[in-house]
Amino acid sequence: MRTNDVMLQTATKVVTFIILMFAVHIFFAGHYTPGGGFIGGLLTTTAIVLLMLAFDIPTVKKVLPINYVVLTAVGLLFAIATASASIIFDVPFFTHAYDYYDLPLFGETSLHSALLFDIGVYLVVVGVTMTIIQTIGEDE
Amino acid sequence: MSNLLLFPIIIPLLFATVLMLFPKKVYLQRLLSVIAVVLTFISGLFLLAKVSADGVQAVTLGSWPAPFGISMVSDMFSVLLVLSSTLVTLFILFYSIPTIGIRRERSFYYPAVLFLMVGVNGAFTTGDIFNLFVFVEVLLMASYALIVHGGEKSQMRESIKYVLVNIISSALFVVAVAYLYSVTGTLNMADLAVKIPEIEAVGILTVIAILFLVVFGFKAAIFPLYFWLPGSYFAPPGAVLALFGALLTKVGIYAIMRTYTLFFTMNIGFTHEVLAIIAILTVLAGCVGALAYFDVKKIIIYNIIIAVGVVLFGISQMNVAGTEGAIFYLIHDMLIKAALFLLVGILTIIYGTSDLRKMGGLMKSYPVLGWVFLVTAFGLAGIPPLSGFPGKLLIVQGGFEGTHFWGSIIILATSLLVLLSVMRIFIYAFWGEPKKILPVDKARYYAMFVPTVILVALTIVLGVGAELFMPFIEDAGEVLLNPSLYYDAVLKE
Amino acid sequence: MEIIMSVAIGLMFMAAVYLILSKSLIRIIIGTSLLSHAAHLLFLTMGGLGGIAPPVVSDGVTVNDYADPLPQALILTAIVIAFAVTSFFLVLAYRAYQELGTDNMEQLRGTEDYE
Repeated sequence: MRTNDVMLQTATKVVTFIILMFAVHIFFAGHYTPGGGFIGGLLTTTAIVLLMLAFDIPTVKKVLPINYVVLTAVGLLFAIATASASIIFDVPFFTHAYDYYDLPLFGETSLHSALLFDIGVYLVVVGVTMTIIQTIGEDE
Repeated sequence: MSNLLLFPIIIPLLFATVLMLFPKKVYLQRLLSVIAVVLTFISGLFLLAKVSADGVQAVTLGSWPAPFGISMVSDMFSVLLVLSSTLVTLFILFYSIPTIGIRRERSFYYPAVLFLMVGVNGAFTTGDIFNLFVFVEVLLMASYALIVHGGEKSQMRESIKYVLVNIISSALFVVAVAYLYSVTGTLNMADLAVKIPEIEAVGILTVIAILFLVVFGFKAAIFPLYFWLPGSYFAPPGAVLALFGALLTKVGIYAIMRTYTLFFTMNIGFTHEVLAIIAILTVLAGCVGALAYFDVKKIIIYNIIIAVGVVLFGISQMNVAGTEGAIFYLIHDMLIKAALFLLVGILTIIYGTSDLRKMGGLMKSYPVLGWVFLVTAFGLAGIPPLSGFPGKLLIVQGGFEGTHFWGSIIILATSLLVLLSVMRIFIYAFWGEPKKILPVDKARYYAMFVPTVILVALTIVLGVGAELFMPFIEDAGEVLLNPSLYYDAVLKE
Repeated sequence: MEIIMSVAIGLMFMAAVYLILSKSLIRIIIGTSLLSHAAHLLFLTMGGLGGIAPPVVSDGVTVNDYADPLPQALILTAIVIAFAVTSFFLVLAYRAYQELGTDNMEQLRGTEDYE
């Protein structure tokens, strides 16, 4: 049973990208202002779920052929690797490093090793949430 | 290497993550998980050497100063527990290779076991109450995955109750932490040990201590909070049951031992009295269960509850003998429970049922199994010179030195009931008329039997060579009884 | 303010316990998530509600109006854990419903398999 969802599908095509852009913005805002990997990951998930609602799961799977369990593992690896880098420098685990750089286009930007950790968090959140949603949603 | 004490947590975490990448390659999964546990054990040995040479090790994550950052602390007690839990996991891994079934192996069994190890080792190592909550949740998540793993009907049914009980106890944990924070303003265990004696409102702290006893009691399965344990532990397959029985309740016991010796010492006359009484009731309740059932798994499951009571009675005495006895008995119990569950698992596989009345006469076809079981049963009951004896002796001595001689007498008397409960398994399963047994492939049988026998041999070493291990146990007991050793090491930086 | 919060938390606990004691599995799950929310709110209240400025060092923020960051950080962790556990529980309940054909806890008593 498929109702006429042209409106939803058309809107989704635009809205998804707005949500994704916002997710990226929130993700990078995360260090000094509210935001970060967790909320960025949740926003990304909502974008994918919106796609799944507007179209259907097989279509979305064709567009985004991602194994979300592997995505979770990669995210965890990112996080562990960032945290473990402190072992190599023989400082307590999770010690972070940061500095200020002049980047073209952005001006003076602070780059932080916690960003790498946050990428890990982002991937884990997307992976875990999508795994859960797929597990429930897959069989009708 | 300031981070050495974190290795037993990081190594399994790293390997578990890597194993999630290729769940279908079973041989690689087996190999890598065994390597992970062996590496963890080796790092644990290094840590043991370090701690016994230099005393308590502490590191505060992220280089924050100590009461503000999350402290991870390794004293002798936690190192010993990390080592024994890793050792037990190693043998259970060997045992699960032939028993767990290819279907489970292909769906994240090994990562789940390693995540469980992360949680257990982390809970033993952490020096922060809230971080303890986080690690307990990690191990609970892994245990949820393991308890439903395979998705049989009884597993589904029991895991719902298991998850529900643990969610409620986790919510209570957050509540207890909240109260503690509002009264003391800190959650670092070392800082708590310094601040709590200065607080005059003993009444509210006593309430918080009892609330924590309830929270940890859910995990440790003390009387009357053990109701969920027999049903939930009955459902999963043998190897998972051994893992749960050997490790999960021990985390709860560890948490009670740590908090009740380190900082909840402001009203010993009440809190530790309650602990002693509850411990004895736990022993009695466990004995009733162990004697009542005609099911091998159930009998051993109720023996977990008995051991919980014995260990907690030892720690409630707050004297040297009782504490050392509790530590020794805790380590003994990890090893012997794992060994017993593995043996019972073999029995269940041979008979195809865990009902004792359908068993009999196995002595003719599997004599070695019978004698190994007998030795393990003696070890569990604490017959000298096996490993249950020194721990129980010290605990009983602690009770006589303290004010609870009646508790010691009950523990001595119930040792006979423990012996009776496991001897019933021996008599029913190995003596009498041979009953129908399933054909078990020789190679598969030895793949199950060899790790089990090595584990039993280790418990014998622990018992016969108790003199060798006593210095470590004494070290561990010293830190528990002198909190200043603990908080000086953490707060020095 | 703390009194009002305490009463609200008490009501939430009450509702959560009521839901957890019901027979339907889905109500129990709603109850558990309500229970953890109540626990988190309790944590926030116990940490003290005073302090309206964000816990960041900046101009014009004194120690007195500085919100305590620790309960917030801890609750965030606890929320994430509660989220993960609740979603796991939902998946479990769904699978159990498929497998066992019921969500009535009365019928999920495990007594027939063993004595």
